[in-house]
Amino acid sequence: MSGQPKTLVEKIFDTHLIDKPFGEAWVLRLDMVFCHEITTPVAINDLVSRGMDRVFDPTRIKAVIDHVTPAKDSKTALQGKILRDWARRHGIKDFFDVGRNGVCHALFPEKGFVRPGYTIIMGDSHTCTHGAFGAFAAGVGTTDLEVGILKGVCAFKPPRTMRINLNGKLAPDVSAKDVILTVIATIGVAGATDRVMEFGGPVVDALSMEGRMTLCNMAVEAGATSGICMPDMTTVEYLWPFIGPEGEARYGTKEEALEDFKKWWSDPDASYESVIDIDCSTIRPLSTVGYKPDQVVPIEKMEKIWVDQVYIGSCTNGRIEDLREAARVLKGRKIADTVRGIVSPATPAVYAQALQEGIIQIFMDAGFCVTNPTCGACLGMSNGVLAEGEVCASTTNRNFYGRMGKGGMVHLMSPANAAATAIAGYITTPEALGITSKV
Amino acid sequence: MKQFGGPLLFLNRSDINTDEIIPAKYLTEISKEALKPYCLEDLKLPDFNPKTDVPGKAAILTRANFGCGSSREHAPWALEVNGINVVVAESFARIFRQNMYNCGLLAIELPASTIEDLFKTFYGKPTTLKVDIEQGRLTFLSEGVSKEVSFTLSDFERALVKAGGWVQFAAERY
Repeated sequence: MSGQPKTLVEKIFDTHLIDKPFGEAWVLRLDMVFCHEITTPVAINDLVSRGMDRVFDPTRIKAVIDHVTPAKDSKTALQGKILRDWARRHGIKDFFDVGRNGVCHALFPEKGFVRPGYTIIMGDSHTCTHGAFGAFAAGVGTTDLEVGILKGVCAFKPPRTMRINLNGKLAPDVSAKDVILTVIATIGVAGATDRVMEFGGPVVDALSMEGRMTLCNMAVEAGATSGICMPDMTTVEYLWPFIGPEGEARYGTKEEALEDFKKWWSDPDASYESVIDIDCSTIRPLSTVGYKPDQVVPIEKMEKIWVDQVYIGSCTNGRIEDLREAARVLKGRKIADTVRGIVSPATPAVYAQALQEGIIQIFMDAGFCVTNPTCGACLGMSNGVLAEGEVCASTTNRNFYGRMGKGGMVHLMSPANAAATAIAGYITTPEALGITSKV
Repeated sequence: MKQFGGPLLFLNRSDINTDEIIPAKYLTEISKEALKPYCLEDLKLPDFNPKTDVPGKAAILTRANFGCGSSREHAPWALEVNGINVVVAESFARIFRQNMYNCGLLAIELPASTIEDLFKTFYGKPTTLKVDIEQGRLTFLSEGVSKEVSFTLSDFERALVKAGGWVQFAAERY
């Protein structure tokens, strides 16, 4: 990695390049191919029909049933079966079925499958989440996924990096969700198309891995190929059970791991296509309005919008920290009679941790329905579909028309604001209700 | 090589997302053909009715950032099984654009001013789009009015279209 200064993503591309069949297409070796039951079965069927039912490396393929689980009808049962049979047939050990399954972008990091410097693809646009670990992780379609499964390669344009400096310090009740909504509102829904968004600055340094995953998760809502953060001691701590003496014993000490991770850091004099500075100290609790994720307003400036449903969960905000944030607001309170509250802990481990901390009890006492880990409601597939004309305050990532059910309206916000909204029945913040949710 | 283009469908808005092209509730289908009746079902535009405006069309002219949102290849498939094999836009979302070429379909980008001019000239009129890949030329034709516009494909995109998609290309090379 000598020569001219490079960004993190440029370093990953350099170390994974196996072919440049044409100038603008770099074919990269993949460290991980992640699969779920919605986009993978068509790829499996196509490989079978082409007489190429093979996988490049069963240890580098991870699969989960997460979008509709347990199956809701014969069609979703068949999708699960195709994935399950395929995983067994090819000896894919890390396959997560009912009871062990969770939302892919929460589950796979939790299992230690994501490491700094990795290349990862999945047939899911929110694969960019894994960039939180300093990996190049990109959502792809079924054809790219199919080639990834078969050959362990994927083609990308050479990366162009946007540096997003998140400066200042977040106010109480402002979280990573408010930060990424601010970024998307600043550059627009196509502001980062074909770019990688490299997040840095004091706000990123202070965020947990959960917060960084929320940040990177919505990079695609600005059109980005991936979001990415530099791996630091927070990353090391998160991965320590897998890379330390209790895991693969790759490193003797955390300092040693950090030193190794630093090789991926963008060089200080690396060149960026653009640099955007955002003062995060001034960010107020936010919500989307309209049908695009860049239509963002401070909640305190919104007129009163009544909601029918509040949803807390998804790959954006279904992790333990998100549930804690909502529970601090909900503790000892009841949600409005007019609101259906639904919470989906993102993984079994998140669910178990929330049980242990009494968080599930808080949700239930407040009047929430607690579902199993699944993506379902976020894209209107199961477990919380809206009726025509209904309004949902949601911690998810897309407010597209009909996203959570035909004719339904979605307002995106943080878990704390969603919890406050559930209590009030209209979109609001903990502060407006006089609730101090952070100590 | 197969033929591209034919009767043109106008979608006069930017940021048309993949949920609008094919809603998630149909992602439980495991064949491309099954998506056919649902193409653009959730797209609400004045002067557009998916039930009557999609059948018979072979090409789309639209604005910026077409295909944003989900990675679902079901979006290009829904177009493909309805006979639509080329989309002309000011810009595309990355995954959608790659999915089109991976399926051997065309996603052609033209400057904003050209798109604007094409809408001004042809919007609301029955229009046919002819695509000449070798010459890199689009011909829009309506009621005696015609406009020619040149376009470029990258070598990679050209190779994918010629190979009929990425699977065959990669299977032979890697």
